[in-house]
Amino acid sequence: MILSMLMAPEGSATPSPDKLPATPQPPWETMHAWAPLPEASTFAAGTENLYLFIIALSALFFGLIMGAMLWFMAKHKRRGPDDKTSSITHSGKIEFLWSAIPSVLLLVIFVWGEVDFIKQSVAPADPIEIRVTGRQWSWTVEYPDYPGVSFTSSTETPEITMMVPKGRPVRLMMTSTDVLHSFYVPAFRVKRDVLPGRYTTMWFEATQVGEFNMFCTEYCGDQHSKMTGVVKVLDPDLFEAALREAGKLERNVEDGVRESDKDYGARIYKRRGCDACHSTDGTPKVGPTWQGLWGRTSEFVGGGSLKVEGTAGENYIIDSIREPQKNVVVGFGGAAMPSFMGQLSDDQIKALSAYIKTLK
Amino acid sequence: MANETEKSTREPSFYEAQTGWKSWAFTLDHKRLGIMYLLSTMIFFFVAGMSAILLRTELLTPQGDFLPWLNQGLASLFGNPITEEAAKAQSGTTFNKLFTVHGAVMVFLVIIPSVPGALGNFLLPLMLGAKDVAFPRLNLASYWIYTIGACFFLYTLFAGGLDTGWTFYTPYSTSTGTAVISATLGAFILGFSSILTGLNFMVTVHKMRAPGMTWYRMPLFVWAIYATAVIQVLATPVLAITLLLLIVERWLGIGIFDPAMGGDPVLFQHFFWFYSHPAVYIMILPGFGIESELIAVHSRKHIFGYKAIALSSVAIAMISFIVWGHHMFVSGQSELAGIVFSFLTFVVAVPTAIKVFSWVATLYKGSIEFNTPMLYGLMFLFTFTIGGLTGVFLGAMSLDVHLHDTYFVVAHFHYVMMGGTIIAFIGGIHHWWSKMTGRMYHEGSAKIGALLVFIGFNTTFFNQFVMGGQGMPRRYYTYVPQFQQQHLLSTIGAYILAVGLMWTAAYLLWSLRKANKKIQPDNPWGGMSLEWQTQSPPIEHNFHGTPRVDSDPYNFPQIDRTGEVDGSH
Repeated sequence: MILSMLMAPEGSATPSPDKLPATPQPPWETMHAWAPLPEASTFAAGTENLYLFIIALSALFFGLIMGAMLWFMAKHKRRGPDDKTSSITHSGKIEFLWSAIPSVLLLVIFVWGEVDFIKQSVAPADPIEIRVTGRQWSWTVEYPDYPGVSFTSSTETPEITMMVPKGRPVRLMMTSTDVLHSFYVPAFRVKRDVLPGRYTTMWFEATQVGEFNMFCTEYCGDQHSKMTGVVKVLDPDLFEAALREAGKLERNVEDGVRESDKDYGARIYKRRGCDACHSTDGTPKVGPTWQGLWGRTSEFVGGGSLKVEGTAGENYIIDSIREPQKNVVVGFGGAAMPSFMGQLSDDQIKALSAYIKTLK
Repeated sequence: MANETEKSTREPSFYEAQTGWKSWAFTLDHKRLGIMYLLSTMIFFFVAGMSAILLRTELLTPQGDFLPWLNQGLASLFGNPITEEAAKAQSGTTFNKLFTVHGAVMVFLVIIPSVPGALGNFLLPLMLGAKDVAFPRLNLASYWIYTIGACFFLYTLFAGGLDTGWTFYTPYSTSTGTAVISATLGAFILGFSSILTGLNFMVTVHKMRAPGMTWYRMPLFVWAIYATAVIQVLATPVLAITLLLLIVERWLGIGIFDPAMGGDPVLFQHFFWFYSHPAVYIMILPGFGIESELIAVHSRKHIFGYKAIALSSVAIAMISFIVWGHHMFVSGQSELAGIVFSFLTFVVAVPTAIKVFSWVATLYKGSIEFNTPMLYGLMFLFTFTIGGLTGVFLGAMSLDVHLHDTYFVVAHFHYVMMGGTIIAFIGGIHHWWSKMTGRMYHEGSAKIGALLVFIGFNTTFFNQFVMGGQGMPRRYYTYVPQFQQQHLLSTIGAYILAVGLMWTAAYLLWSLRKANKKIQPDNPWGGMSLEWQTQSPPIEHNFHGTPRVDSDPYNFPQIDRTGEVDGSH
């Protein structure tokens, strides 16, 4: 990042970990345009050093090539129509040298990149396991060792999508329910494609407490650029408690009073990524809006229609969450909604259904 | 070389030899076909360029403002007003369609056919001392097949557009609601045009060389076009198969790329890059060819390392077939495959480096004239060297993990494709403009144009390397506000570049006006290759009689032979 360092204005460095504000402030707002990218994983330094090494070599060669070019341009400018030029046509020695020297340097770069890449492919023993599911257009992150804990990214606001402890390796087991995605955390220098019908894995060990941007980098359609999130790195002592607190998606019970279906449903709507495709204010998105869904007559692809009310309406909503392809509303056949069968509990589906009914 | 007496008894040029629309539509003349390719590719260059300008304008702000405004404006213009929310909701797709149009049209309709189709067609027979290409009718067929393919692309635009990106990755391309089949059919048909042109050029080079023109007396442009033709013939069928499989998959759901049916989405990437990586060299090798001509002719110096340049083109063409996996280091291909592909990628860097060094060495002790073609030639050395060096970053696996699918990659391939091929192409157009049209452009205007292009291009793309290094992903409609300043800089650069290119088009077209019709010298630069030894524009059959060749085309009379033993060159 030599260039960005040169151009970084004073005081633009990212806030040091201890000074992070108590309320999570998304990294979008804290990073300055030309600030260097944080090096926040054990891979980052290796990648960054290789980056600087190639920048230095490139600058050297670019300087030599351009220097020679400019020098010849100045020295051998045409003075008149009868300028004599040299009869040199080739030189075995020089040609050998300028083939051999770059070859050796390229070999060094190849080996360096290869060795670091292999480190990234083999996870150390006993990492924290994380499951990542990509779908159009949200990430869902689950922790097999911490049942009930899950995060889902939102297309509307940047939210914590993953929590990892500092100084412990984590291993991501990733898959997609629809098209290709790619999981990328620039500050960690890690990226891996996420494929449907296959698991890909990736591991890293965070070295810096803080919040870091996470992006989808394999083009996946309409809201590809909103399939982003925040990875939060915590002190290992705080990790477990914070994870359980932030990641739980259970019904809140305060002073013996259960959270209402409507409020719980509204939380699920945000937290499970429903908002990527369904609006609650009438705006058409990839899926039908939920506003006024209850009581509306829906026309289905392949004929048939239903006025969404009563028991039939309840069943329709439950079916649409579990088996979205059963009844596709006319005009919304483009992108396929994934099934949430087994991913949302009966109680959660009930809450969502209750929430939808309130959206008049 | 033509002198004054010859000029008064000039034969009609190939433009005047026949007239009427049929003389163009059914022409077998390689020169007319070259002009037709030039016009067609430039029209699509404009279309693809304008979509880039719309993209860059949108990227002025992080959250998507311009396209919703445009969509809303267009909707009310067509009497079908939409709300601001609806416009916002559909504008992400608009952005995706725009970058798809930009990429697909630039690759399939502009860069691949530009140099071989326009300059290759026009110059190859002239440089070889032939009357035409080996199969003139096939050549005509290539052009019309190109036009049919282009029509499919135009249909795609009007049938709602395409939003897959030019790479058509599955399973998105099999599930999106946009016009994938017509676009892939278009690319499929364009592939045949490319194959037939390549075949034609290969046979022409093998069989139609003038007496005395041995392989090592061919201009380096011919070597480059020849190496390109080999790739076109061998690689393009794979693209045809891939696109056909995609069409069948989408249409009949046979499941080759669909994991739900036991298929493999990554298989598509292997198929696609097996063509599309060699296609990168289909795009850049002809640019190398032009560069060799520009540097040698305008410094009146024998090209340095003729054989190294000629054979490195062939070496690049061969190795280009076995590096495709470097597009897939993070795609889930095996680590071992990645290592092999990474190694081969570094191997291909060596012949490319040799070329750059040889061009710079050619300047040494030359007689360099800073006219517009040479300015583009020198500009190429600047931009292509950056493009080439940044390829080294992406070949290193651990670093590619970080830089893959970020703006670093965007900047890299624009420095190669635009900074390499297009810059060389514009230089070539200036170099051979008087040969093709019989007119000369205004030199001062051309220098202004070259300066604008140089400044605009580097302002647009250089800071994209920085942005990519900081993790800005490509193909993003909205982005984190942190990157706004850099995007702003890129957009300003894009506007300067657009002005420079329009300016260039304007003075070139202006040079065609009737008042400018004074007879040009046939050989304004003192070039030694055969295309300069006939009149400008050439006569219908190129040469009076068959030219004979007794030296390579870089033995300029200005070369100082004193103190040299006879026959040493």
